Amino acid sequence: MKELDIGTFVAVLQEMMGPLLWVILVAAALATLGFVYVLVRDRGLVARRLVWSEALGVIGGVGGVLLMHEITHSDFADIGGPIDWVVVAAIFVLGAVGTVVGAYTVLGLFFRRAA
Amino acid sequence: MAKIPAFTRRAAVLAAAAAAMAPPQPQAAVATRARIVIAGAGAAGLAAAARLAQRLDGAEITMLDRRQAHFYQPGFTLVAAGLKDPAYTVGRTADYVPRGVRWVEERAAEIDPGAKTVTTDAGRRVPYDFLVLATGLSLDFDAIEGMDTARIGQDGLGSVYAGPAQAEATWRAMSAFADRGGIGLFGRPSTEMKCAGAPLKYTFITDDILRRRGNRGKAELIYNAPQRALFSVPIVAERVRMLYQDRGVAVNYGHDLSAIDLGRKVATFRTAEGPKEFRYDFINVVPPMRAPDVVRDSPLRWQTGAWAREGWAEVDRHSLRHVRFPEIFAVGDIAGVPKGKTAASVKWQVPVMVDHLVATIEGRQSAARYDGYTSCPLITRIGRAMLVEFDYQDNLVPSFPGVIAPLEELWITWIMKEVALKPTYLAMIQGRA
Ligand SMILES: Cc1cc2nc3c(=O)[nH]c(=O)nc-3n(C[C@H](O)[C@H](O)[C@H](O)COP(=O)(O)OP(=O)(O)OC[C@H]3O[C@@H](n4cnc5c(N)ncnc54)[C@H](O)[C@@H]3O)c2cc1C
Repeated sequence: MKELDIGTFVAVLQEMMGPLLWVILVAAALATLGFVYVLVRDRGLVARRLVWSEALGVIGGVGGVLLMHEITHSDFADIGGPIDWVVVAAIFVLGAVGTVVGAYTVLGLFFRRAA
Repeated sequence: MAKIPAFTRRAAVLAAAAAAMAPPQPQAAVATRARIVIAGAGAAGLAAAARLAQRLDGAEITMLDRRQAHFYQPGFTLVAAGLKDPAYTVGRTADYVPRGVRWVEERAAEIDPGAKTVTTDAGRRVPYDFLVLATGLSLDFDAIEGMDTARIGQDGLGSVYAGPAQAEATWRAMSAFADRGGIGLFGRPSTEMKCAGAPLKYTFITDDILRRRGNRGKAELIYNAPQRALFSVPIVAERVRMLYQDRGVAVNYGHDLSAIDLGRKVATFRTAEGPKEFRYDFINVVPPMRAPDVVRDSPLRWQTGAWAREGWAEVDRHSLRHVRFPEIFAVGDIAGVPKGKTAASVKWQVPVMVDHLVATIEGRQSAARYDGYTSCPLITRIGRAMLVEFDYQDNLVPSFPGVIAPLEELWITWIMKEVALKPTYLAMIQGRA
């Protein structure tokens, strides 16, 4: 791991996740497109809907962190140095942002009246 | 509303990342009719085959290996820790042979560097223009009097190195020990060895399992090293010494396992004061290691010193080219270079070796240079490890300086070992990492 280039990174992710990698990337792309569509359509963010999706985002963030512990043989007591906390925070943020974008899009597309 | 610009910025970053992810323009392949023979289809052999197939057009590449199963050996440690099934470490060589490479399921039995031919155990003569040695190494269990690999898993006998099934049998023996306590014996051989961190890791893991079961107080752990230090890199050796002191692992230097009485559970060590016996309830036997006979009995091995006895291929440490036969290279465990016999070294050796070989075909000089980089995620308990990376000069060469501290017990390093190492290894043997 002397130098990390993007090709290596993609190859490793492919080996790690197999077809799941593409499913996740397609889902992320669809959610992003849907999000942009809803934004343009509504000419901005709808506050009520954003609050709901942010609430779900917290759950998504926690879910991301729990998933990481689920798929590995380690637990919270193993968190050692500062970088470990940064990684936990990054996983939380990733899960949260993904959930916010996804939830906002779903709410905007299918539950426009309710939220 | 303030979120929108942030979002657009994110999108721009993503778009830039996507553009950067586009596959790099392939280098124009070098046209050649060269006959290249690769002896061994393990980590180094497969990675070399993949890279050579990428760089060359029309070369006749033949890979020799009788074994059909491919072993992901770094996984043996996780199997012996009870965390993975043996199947986690076993693949099929056939799935990784690159297109355009011929795999002959025979062992290289004899190399004649004068006539430039390899003869297989089936009597086939394979002529070459270039030869890549990638035979890995031999575990010399016979050098330990009384050792019987068939009994691994019984009577407290373990050996993580011996293979996937033996790694699991070792887990059973160690787990039984962790339930009862007693004396646990660990150590390493006096020869060069692959992954010098592995015997250290397994001692840490045993300590951890004992603690998890509440039986650490009932056990005594002893680490016997033939050398004067726990690791060849002084700063790492010192760190492990401190951790062993903290965990209560007793260390004896200058102790070399010479014999074992499996019935009486007694191991005998060569020491400066003569043979010394240690009773054990569990032992992890790490045998002496040496070059496979095909290299050891050939003119390709080192001519003097311990490396001549052990039989490693005498190659230049920076180019991996043989010092007497320029059309021969050695990569992986068989290479007679200091330090790394690890999959991590393979990852950095192979592109250098391939560039030198291709340069020779093209009639140019290669500037590629291997500086001995190797790495070892040194597990210090289940859930934590230290990422130790170093080079020929015992320098620490951290990949993420200031971010992942090399001598710190970290969770992220454990995550790398458990989640990312095997995918990286598999990408490597396919020439993609
Ligand atoms: C318990 C354990 C833990 C490890 N942990 C790590 C780790 O954490 N990190 C790390 O980087 N590395 C680790 N390693 C080391 C790593 O697995 C090896 O360094 C790596 O596999 C070396 O690759 P190689 O191709 O040289 O040898 P191998 O992968 O062993 O392959 C050698 C191949 O050559 C074949 N062969 C042998 N003789 C002949 C012949 N005469 N003709 C033809 N073929 C022949 C064999 O059948 C085999 O397929 C570990 C190893 C072990 C055993």
